Parts: sequence; structure tokens; C-alpha cells
Amino acid sequence: MMDLGPPLLSVQGMTKFYGRLVGCRDVGFDLWPGEVLCVVGESGSGKTTLLNCLNGGLEPTSGSIKYETRHEGTVEITTLSEAKRRFLSRTDWGIVYQNPRDGLRMRVSAGANIGERLMAVGARHYGNIRSEAATWLRNIEIDEDRIDDPPSTFSGGMQQRLQIARNLVTKPRLVFMDEPTGGLDVSVQARLLDLLRGLVTELDIAAIIVTHDLAVARLLGHRLMVMQGGRVVESGLTDQVLDDPHHPHTQLLVSAILTP
Amino acid sequence: MSREKMIEAADLAKTFRLHNQGGIELPVFNGIELRVQGGECVVLFGPSGSGKSTLLRSIYGNYKPTAGSIKIRHEGKWIDIVTAPPQAILRVRKTTMGYVSQFLRVIPRVPTLDVVSEPLRAIGVEAEEAKDKARDLLTRLNVPEHLWHVAPATFSGGEQQRVNIARGFIFDYPILLLDEPTASLDEENQEAVLGLIFEARDRGAALVGIFHDPGVRKAIGSRHFEMPYSEVA
Repeated sequence: MMDLGPPLLSVQGMTKFYGRLVGCRDVGFDLWPGEVLCVVGESGSGKTTLLNCLNGGLEPTSGSIKYETRHEGTVEITTLSEAKRRFLSRTDWGIVYQNPRDGLRMRVSAGANIGERLMAVGARHYGNIRSEAATWLRNIEIDEDRIDDPPSTFSGGMQQRLQIARNLVTKPRLVFMDEPTGGLDVSVQARLLDLLRGLVTELDIAAIIVTHDLAVARLLGHRLMVMQGGRVVESGLTDQVLDDPHHPHTQLLVSAILTP
Repeated sequence: MSREKMIEAADLAKTFRLHNQGGIELPVFNGIELRVQGGECVVLFGPSGSGKSTLLRSIYGNYKPTAGSIKIRHEGKWIDIVTAPPQAILRVRKTTMGYVSQFLRVIPRVPTLDVVSEPLRAIGVEAEEAKDKARDLLTRLNVPEHLWHVAPATFSGGEQQRVNIARGFIFDYPILLLDEPTASLDEENQEAVLGLIFEARDRGAALVGIFHDPGVRKAIGSRHFEMPYSEVA
């Protein structure tokens, strides 16, 4: 009916057991370039396990994850060599952790945190790298004067914005984010969400965002997957799933929101 | 412009099932047959609870009907909103079908001009051109200029409503769904909104709307669509 082209990421039957415990079970979906998919569910529903299997941080017990690379066609993530996977995550992907300390180097300067990623994809000219880093600090509303300060001197909200800049500076095609606004004040969250929304649209980046906050999903996601007990229980167009939920668990989640 | 058929809903039914309230079923409508062509404004008519908004939301893809089909003419091809994948619905919403309600979904920190011009930006129109059009609409809808650079979170209900209407009319969608856009507006602003609706109709857009005010209904409707009386209502 409508040609969508090949998906960027194609996941089938992905299952992860921790011993006898289920992490996630039989997850399947396709993600197209520029598409933002939000994954929601209560804690323990398997959403972070899913994200970590997708980005190569965890090895799934079974299933397939196919990724359409820029130059080498389709690769199977689950059987990719460690070296190739690292290369992909440096060039094609971004990974934004819930705790910015996991994604930043806390003892080197903010500028170096951004510049390091540029150098990883081949940038060599010091002046260019520094000016690009300065531009990104402006993008994320951090004063340029802070370029030589290490992130350990930044507030939590600033650290999270810096982590996002570090990941987006190389214009990845796919970004994985785990609760990017978790642990931040509401006013800081709003600022971060606004920033993310703008950047993802402007750079036409595909993203998989794990969140327990349905308002975040509504604001950022084109599509939504709802997880419960390791399984995807409902998925579809974000506003349709939130405004006309069909699965009992989704109805429960939606009806449990407090609106101020 | 053409007077082609733009919307064709057939044998449409919607029942809500509330799993966490004893699994009760709320049938809203069934057997709906609705055809709308370019240049006409169909006014949905029926008592409160007869499913007018549910029908409008179903056409937009916001609600998922239980049975039937809703075909939309998108760039010359028919797309069934009931079975279309999310990506297809989003594309239809970008360039074919707009939805105007009285409620603005406020995004923190985004200034009014950006809220209004966003649908144009999303299809690649240059920022300044999009903002010019936004300024025109905000002026027509009497939103004071000193508010344009402020996020609408703190605006009055009426101001937010008019910001949302401006956003809904910024692109010349071939199909427009109107969920009481004129509700609770004063006479001057109601006239301004009616003006936008007439212009859309005259350029050949297919319009479907809900209007509670009998005067507005009479002024706008090229045709009334009576919601079928539900057996359970």
C-alpha cells in the first residue's frame, strides 16, 4: 500500500533468560529510519533487558536482530564479532544511559567528551573538533565557558544533556536511550525533552527509548510498545495505544496516570 | 479543485471493552456508512454519547474501530486507516488529514510561533516561511503579538484553543476533521474560525465536523450526517 523501504532494524523472536528467569520473551518488531519507538512498562517488565540485547550489551538467549548498515548491507547483531559491534556502536549508534556517569568520562573535560566521539569517526583537526564541541554545548544550552570543565562539576541535568550531545555529535542513525529523563527534576526534564524532540527530528535519527513515563512516550514516540512480564502485550501508533488501549495491562497503565 | 471522494467509511463499528472494570462492553456505533467528497462539509449530528467524537477520532486513526473500513484518499491512492501500519497513518496525517480540536496539547517550553508552524516545518517548509504563515493565522485569530514568543502553557483556555486552531489550519490539508473548534469562543473569534473553515471548503477540502451551536451548524454544513441510533443508548 505504501513503500516504506527496508527497515533499519528488524527483530524477531528475541528471548533472553537469566538462568530460569525470563528477561524478555519472543519480542519482534521492525524499526524504520527516522522512527522513534518508545518502550513502556513497569519496572521488571523487561524493557531494559530488551534495550541491552538490541544494542549488543547483552547476548540474547535466542532470536535474531538484523541491522541495515550504511555500507555493508544487513548484519546479524547477535553473531557479529565484538570488534565489528564496537565499530558499529561508535559510528552508527548512540547509547544514552539512565545514569550519565555510565555514558560519560567523568574526569576528562566536557569538550573532550564530545570531541572523543568525533575522533573515533576520523576527525583530526583540533580547531574543528573544539569548535564543533562548542557548538554542541550551545545546542544543549550549556555555557561555552564550561568546555574545559569535567562533567563531575556539572549538575545531573547538565550531565544528561552532555551525554546526549556526546552521542549525537557524530549523527548516528540509531540511538538507544534508557530512561533519559529518569532522576531529573520536572523542570529539567521538560528542557531535556524539548531538546531531544528537536534534535531527533532535525537529524532524522531513529531511536528506541525506554521509559516508564507515558507522557514522555507521547511527546517523543511515533510508535509505542507496552511490555509486561517480558512480553510485548500491545504496540502501535503512540496516540492510538494511549487513547484507545486494548490490552488489560495497557488500560491499567493508562488509567493509573495522575494528571496534575 | 477536484470534487473527488476523499473519505469512505463502510460498515464501521466501535465497541470499547473495559478489562479492568469487569470486562464490560460499551458499544458506541455499528454499521456506519459515511462518504465525504472534496468541497463539502459534513456535520455529524446526534445527541451527546451517540459517538460523534469517536467516529471523528476513528477516521484520524486515534481510535481503532472494532470492524469495518475507513478509506482515505492519500496522494491519489486509497489507504484503509483501520488496517494501515502506524508509519502509513503518520504520513497520511502529515500531508492529507488534519485534526482540529478545542484542546491544545501543550509542550513545555515550545513558543507559540513554533507550536503553530510545526506542521509546515515537518514537511520541509523553511522556518521563516512557516513562521510568516503562523503570524498571519495568529493575527486572524486575534492572538496578541506579545504572546507569540511565549510557550502557551500559561495562556487562557480561549487563547490556547485559538493557538491550536491556527496550528490545525497552517497547512492546506485535503481533509480536515473538526471537533468543536468554535466551542466557547466569542462572536468575533467564532467568525474568524468560520472564515477559515469556509476557505478550506472553497479550496476543495473535504471537511467533517462536530458543532454544537445550531447557528454554526446551519452556516457550515453542506450536509448533515445523522449518527445511527445505538440499540443500547
